Amino acid sequence: MSAEAGLKNWLSARSSTWQSLANVAQQLQRGRKHRSEEALAAIEGYRSLGRDLSVARRVLPGSRITQGLEALYARLHASIYRAPHNWSADLRALFRDEIPQAARELRPYIVWVTLLFVLSAAAGWWLIRTFPELVSLVASEEMIAKVENGKLWTDDILNVTPSSLLSVRILSNNIAVSIAALCFGVFFGLGTFYLIAMNGLMLGGVFAFTYRHNLAGDLFRFIVAHGVVELSVICLAGAAGMALGASIALPTKATRRESFQRTMFQVGRLVVLCAVLLVGCGFIEGYISPDHDFPMLGRIVIGVGYGIIMLTALTGHLFRRLPI
Amino acid sequence: MSDEHLKVVSVTGVDVEFHIAGAGSRSYAFVIDWHFRLLLALAWLVIALLILNGGWTLAIPGNPGARYAFIVFLPTLAIYFLYHPIIEVLTRGRTPGKRIAGVRIVTREGDVPSVGALAIRNLFRLVDCLPIFYVVGLVTTLVTEQHVRIGDLAAGTLLVIDHDREGKSLERFEQLARQSHLDPHTADLIDELLQRWKILADDNRRAIAVTLLARIEQSDPKQFQSLPQNELRERLQRALEGKRS
Repeated sequence: MSAEAGLKNWLSARSSTWQSLANVAQQLQRGRKHRSEEALAAIEGYRSLGRDLSVARRVLPGSRITQGLEALYARLHASIYRAPHNWSADLRALFRDEIPQAARELRPYIVWVTLLFVLSAAAGWWLIRTFPELVSLVASEEMIAKVENGKLWTDDILNVTPSSLLSVRILSNNIAVSIAALCFGVFFGLGTFYLIAMNGLMLGGVFAFTYRHNLAGDLFRFIVAHGVVELSVICLAGAAGMALGASIALPTKATRRESFQRTMFQVGRLVVLCAVLLVGCGFIEGYISPDHDFPMLGRIVIGVGYGIIMLTALTGHLFRRLPI
Repeated sequence: MSDEHLKVVSVTGVDVEFHIAGAGSRSYAFVIDWHFRLLLALAWLVIALLILNGGWTLAIPGNPGARYAFIVFLPTLAIYFLYHPIIEVLTRGRTPGKRIAGVRIVTREGDVPSVGALAIRNLFRLVDCLPIFYVVGLVTTLVTEQHVRIGDLAAGTLLVIDHDREGKSLERFEQLARQSHLDPHTADLIDELLQRWKILADDNRRAIAVTLLARIEQSDPKQFQSLPQNELRERLQRALEGKRS
């Protein structure tokens, strides 16, 4: 038998198998609920397809049949090696083990970023106390005008925007800032550094400006319920961004890419918790903070209580299994 | 399409090979998806406004209030901004745009990416889209060896070529090999040339046609070079069909 005839015979003999394997690959891609016989048949088919592909690569390199077999082989590979996952178990593991572990590993960064934030806030306070004319750097014209008239810009906020909408607007804005604090870490940590420093500077500057007009107490009253967690979360996201920057500047793996990727998967978990906490902050800031009738003690209890919840979530105590 | 490959070692001993998608395929997929998400968001906006207004008017009241915000604007924005993360997770890295462009997302191990990886990939759109029109993403795609944007670097993902038509080519090739008297490789080349005849440049298709005819008839290519294009095409067609049993 000539080589050509042998090749044709081989193609004829195998084509039906390939067609049925293509159907199997399609079914595997569509869902996850397959019988064990189907999975075993796919694995067996994958092995035999590997042999056929090896032959095709040798005798028909670059042909469409080789490309077709390559594609089919890759699809079966992806389906067979797809990692098993269980949404509820994954979520439990994330909050119980992975987030506390990420927080532990980020501890030095959290300390440094918090220090940066505090120092920037102090610098902002000093700057506006010393040079009040620079307030336009940290506050809008509208805010300045209101404070100069003896009112906080947050005083009439509920007359303009309903609480529900205000909450959504605030939480989405805060989540965007936290994501930015993380992602801008990719510029060797400098993006995060400037973002945290600017936020601290603005907070300190605004407090100095309101203090000058005897409104600092009102501002504190407005901030205390949501601010404890909101500002902590921005520092957490900033710490994650700094860790990301450090992973590129000082890689701990063989390459910068590997180091960056590993750190991102580690710190990315913390961002999930940050987003969840910011949703709560948004609702507090939309419903409680602007409500003038809400008592100061209640605000402090909510602020500190929510802060304790955040700490227990970071240390893993909040989602720990209860002893039986 | 780029020539770069991703090779993944398999337990069968036969490597799995993926063709890495270049900047062109990626941009094509993105542009299609961008239109999809824009149209979906606009469709929601229009339908929700028509329903809330209770008639054929798209007017937005001066002070729209929470009802308009929660029914019209927030879902519209959510569709536009969450299209990629949600559709990528639901389709396991094959959004409609990627499907049409013939690409899909895989991990560096060739697997389907996890939800976490897809989420990270999408978080970094914030950086990739800087300063405008995805300039950072496009530049990193052009300069990196495996044509990845920063989001892909962070998530450990790649875009690879994944045409549905390759499945069909198996069937077509098997049919050709069974019916034609030409050797399978030549039959495949002629069939592909005839399929792509209209989209190939004149010079290229002539050169390929002459080479193939010379191979089939085992003669000097020079004798076919003066033939008109239609004649070359008919001869190839006859060679493919005429020798069928």
